[in-house]
Amino acid sequence: MNLDVLIASAVDGLLIGFVYGVAAMGLTLIFGVMDVINLAHGPLIAIGMFGVYEIFTYVGMNPYLALIIVAVVGLAVGVLVYFVAVHRVIDAPPLSSLLSTFSVNMMIIGVGTAILTTSAYNVDFSLPSLDTGPITVTGTRLAAALIAVGVTALLYAFLYRTRSGKYIRAVANNRQAAELMGIPSTRILALAFGIGTMLAMTAGGLIATILPINILAGGTYELKSFVIVVLGGLGNPLGALVGGLILGLIEGLVPVFMKTTWVPVLEFGLFILILLVMPQGLFGRKES
Amino acid sequence: MPYVGTRSTWLLLVPHKPKPTELDGNIELFCIKEGTVRRTYVWTALLLVLALVMAACGGTSGTTETTAAPNTTAAPGTTAASGTTAAPSGEMKTLKIGFTTSITGKYNTESTRQDNGLQLWMDDVNAAGGITLSDGTVLKFEAVSYDDESNKDRVQELYTKLATDDDADFLISPYSSGLTAASAVIAEQYGKVMITTGAASDSVYTQGYTGVYQVYTPSSRYLTSSVDLLGSLDPSAKKIAFVYENSNFSTGVAEAAKAYAESNGYEVVLYEGYDPDTQDFSAFINKIEASGPDAILGGGHFQDGSAFARQLYEKKIPVKFVSLLVAPPEPSFSELGDAAVGVAGPSQWEPLVKFTEDAAMAAGADWIGLTGDEFVAEYQAAYGEEPSYHAAGGYAAGLLLQYAIQKADSTDADAIKAALDATNLMTFFGDLKFDTSPDHHGLQIGHDMVVVQWQKADGGLQKQIVWPESGATAAPLYPLGQ
Amino acid sequence: MKRFTGLLLSVLAVIVLAVIPLISGKASTREAMFTILMAIALASSLNMLLGYTGYVSFGHIVFFGVGGYAGFYTLTVLGWNLWLSMLVGGATAALLAYLLGKSILRLRGAYFALATIGVNEAMRALVNNMDFLGGPIGMTMKFSVYNEYGGAANALWLVYWVLSGIALLVVIVSYLVKRSKFGLGLMAIREDEDAAEVMGVRAPSAKTWSYVLSAVFPGLIGMLFFFKNGNIEPGDAFRLHLSIELIVMVMLGGFGTVLGPVLGAGVYQQLRKLLLTSPVFKNIQLAVAGVLLLLIILFIPTGAVGWLRRRFPRLRRVLE
Repeated sequence: MNLDVLIASAVDGLLIGFVYGVAAMGLTLIFGVMDVINLAHGPLIAIGMFGVYEIFTYVGMNPYLALIIVAVVGLAVGVLVYFVAVHRVIDAPPLSSLLSTFSVNMMIIGVGTAILTTSAYNVDFSLPSLDTGPITVTGTRLAAALIAVGVTALLYAFLYRTRSGKYIRAVANNRQAAELMGIPSTRILALAFGIGTMLAMTAGGLIATILPINILAGGTYELKSFVIVVLGGLGNPLGALVGGLILGLIEGLVPVFMKTTWVPVLEFGLFILILLVMPQGLFGRKES
Repeated sequence: MPYVGTRSTWLLLVPHKPKPTELDGNIELFCIKEGTVRRTYVWTALLLVLALVMAACGGTSGTTETTAAPNTTAAPGTTAASGTTAAPSGEMKTLKIGFTTSITGKYNTESTRQDNGLQLWMDDVNAAGGITLSDGTVLKFEAVSYDDESNKDRVQELYTKLATDDDADFLISPYSSGLTAASAVIAEQYGKVMITTGAASDSVYTQGYTGVYQVYTPSSRYLTSSVDLLGSLDPSAKKIAFVYENSNFSTGVAEAAKAYAESNGYEVVLYEGYDPDTQDFSAFINKIEASGPDAILGGGHFQDGSAFARQLYEKKIPVKFVSLLVAPPEPSFSELGDAAVGVAGPSQWEPLVKFTEDAAMAAGADWIGLTGDEFVAEYQAAYGEEPSYHAAGGYAAGLLLQYAIQKADSTDADAIKAALDATNLMTFFGDLKFDTSPDHHGLQIGHDMVVVQWQKADGGLQKQIVWPESGATAAPLYPLGQ
Repeated sequence: MKRFTGLLLSVLAVIVLAVIPLISGKASTREAMFTILMAIALASSLNMLLGYTGYVSFGHIVFFGVGGYAGFYTLTVLGWNLWLSMLVGGATAALLAYLLGKSILRLRGAYFALATIGVNEAMRALVNNMDFLGGPIGMTMKFSVYNEYGGAANALWLVYWVLSGIALLVVIVSYLVKRSKFGLGLMAIREDEDAAEVMGVRAPSAKTWSYVLSAVFPGLIGMLFFFKNGNIEPGDAFRLHLSIELIVMVMLGGFGTVLGPVLGAGVYQQLRKLLLTSPVFKNIQLAVAGVLLLLIILFIPTGAVGWLRRRFPRLRRVLE
């Protein structure tokens, strides 16, 4: 084992970690604002993947431009899912929202499989690779990481600089108090769900530019998102990004030292450990 | 932001504030006369039991008519009599072929193609007037199939239903070795002949089944031909990295291929599995690069195989030869573009492979069915895509059954088993012959795989056969130029 | 007798379902009932934790898988007989639950739910790396093993009757727990764990034992199921999706009730099968099931039994 392998693996892990982070941010935002663990997260990521794929393949648009369309559609899809499946159970016990989002999961996967089958699809798009001595960084991976950073910056600008963003934080902090202050909580909840979905679908779109996709692929990222969200602290978007990077690093570096099949054992072992030892996550819960 | 761990909402599973009566049935706040209560409860009991029974029975009996998938042409006018007893001469009989397909779940693609191939065979044989036995009985076929959802939960239930309720005369396996293993228990139990296709693992055939016959080349022989090919191309290439999907099938392939390579003097510099859901191979690829192999063998299924090939290309790994399972033979592998160039892989069947009646005669084998070109043309006309080897496997499973029935001149299971045991057949799919030893009964020993490789041709990509030499359509691209 | 009126319906339902194959005499009915009874037993086991104690175990299937693996190992490698292997499966599941109970049951709400997912996934990944358990290939059983139980046909009937017995036992245990002081303690924990502790409920140990109780039966059933299948693989043993389906069944019927999971499991499995084998829906059965589930969650959130109990208060004595 040499240093080159170590560096190359770390870089690869970190880059994909940014994308994991964006996906997890979507999950954690929804959870933070309305205490809903969104079990439709994976399929929503998959919709994002196929959004970019379809636009790129049939319209011929640059996948990064297509990403913008996917993000806007994501917002709409999220709001729709909120009103169809979540709104009625928002005050019910959490098991209800788990199951209602799971039913959305079944619908998306069911219809998706009927239309797309479970075959793999490929966005046949590549950017020139970056060669620096021992490390080869593929262009699409680098671009995806940069966009992920940009998305995070935008999210924070939105949450802290705009009125709606502040409303979201207020509702997350204390919904009843926020309602008393005249904040239209239903609209804000729908918006928050929309943004969470937008993040999930954007992450999906980014993944589509790097890796082959299929309708069931979102499930893998959903599980990863759970781990990341716990690492970073439930309800903490920035923590989710850092959690994503940590997970990416683990996935990159661990195989250098041991068999790759041990990675999930470590990941989920760490996940349980963090839950037990510091359930607030590595970075604590975000104070609004 | 809210921190749910400390909230009581998670603990409160009842959405409304529970009334005391609900919490404790002993507290009787309702003043109802005993009689009323008893009557109510007798009625409720009756109703509920009735509902349960209806749900149970209604479900099983109401769905038996789910035959005839869209493409079946169950010839009108045939009397739908089934059963395996000999019929009086001249009678028309429709035999039922039972199987499950994975309409949902991860095996959907391969399983659907297998189903398509089988349907095509059924259409062909029915359109040709069925099979006529020596006593004049005309046999036609119809399919009975259900969705197994790519998982084992209901495979046995559905196969039992097929074997008993639907009274299927013959069974075809589901796609994948795991599901086939579960269905084989049922087939064997009811003494049904089951042709397996899309189930390559050797392990199914070591369980002591007597009526299960394999169409595919078993997994132990999947990658050995790639090792032979490498040896013939470049005797100096001695380092092989095995990177395979951690699943039943691929691990079996890798284990056998590793043993084969080592016995042929190769050095296995890396031997490692990856999780079935793996999409990002970068860590793996870094590791491969560090181990400096001449060749990479392995892979798993389409999804991971194509991801792996693409990332190998993007990372510019200097390797001379790559051979992967399942993915390269798929026509849609070409979507990878330049990343597909040079990637080789074993295939059960290819449109370019030519098996003919003459070749069968020369080899002293029987011949049945159409030629490869005819199959490709028919399949393309019916489904609008180039057939993959899964589709061909489905068709071949049907042909094999047809052959056995003709040979046995009967629909009796034992006669057909005897005919299958003695099979020495060639079809467009290749040779078919079975191991009849008790330890490996039903294992395919006749069929050989070819090795394909994607090459650049006329500005596009073309899949060429590069091994065995006798059937090659192009010279192998070696070493890979990167 | 009056004490047991609430149990009567559930027991009756299980018995009726169990004897249906005897009446029809058909193996296909038996297989259909096997699927339903297995779901009933698993859902009722889960209900003892989810419904009574209020802890949402998302990865409950881990006990099914662990029991299956432990039993399969002793059966195929060590050559023990089915009954012993089954007990090993149940004991292993119980032991795991006990250890987990000591650790992750400290977590509440969403944290516990997530942790159980983690446990299931970690266990699957671990088994994948265990060569003595066959790793990713899993383990297979010779067809001739069935001969010790009177041939395959007999063995499958035998397995069926044992499963029916277990299902019946689960329902009875579920009722007894609910009516016991122990059960009242669990339900107090469900309503407000802190208050329950103040009132003298020893929450940590009560929770652990309810977890163990809800894990034993899936362990036993796991062994039965994989014995019947003749092979075991990590993907089949630890299928998270099945876990979620179990929660759906409990919710459909009504959590925290004895009859609820029985009803929910029966109806759910029957519905799925109907959709699976229906020519109209079989291509989009998953989506249709999703729509139905959503409608139920939105409009009958307490499940069928909960709804009946609320709508017809006088039924409460019967619908336990």
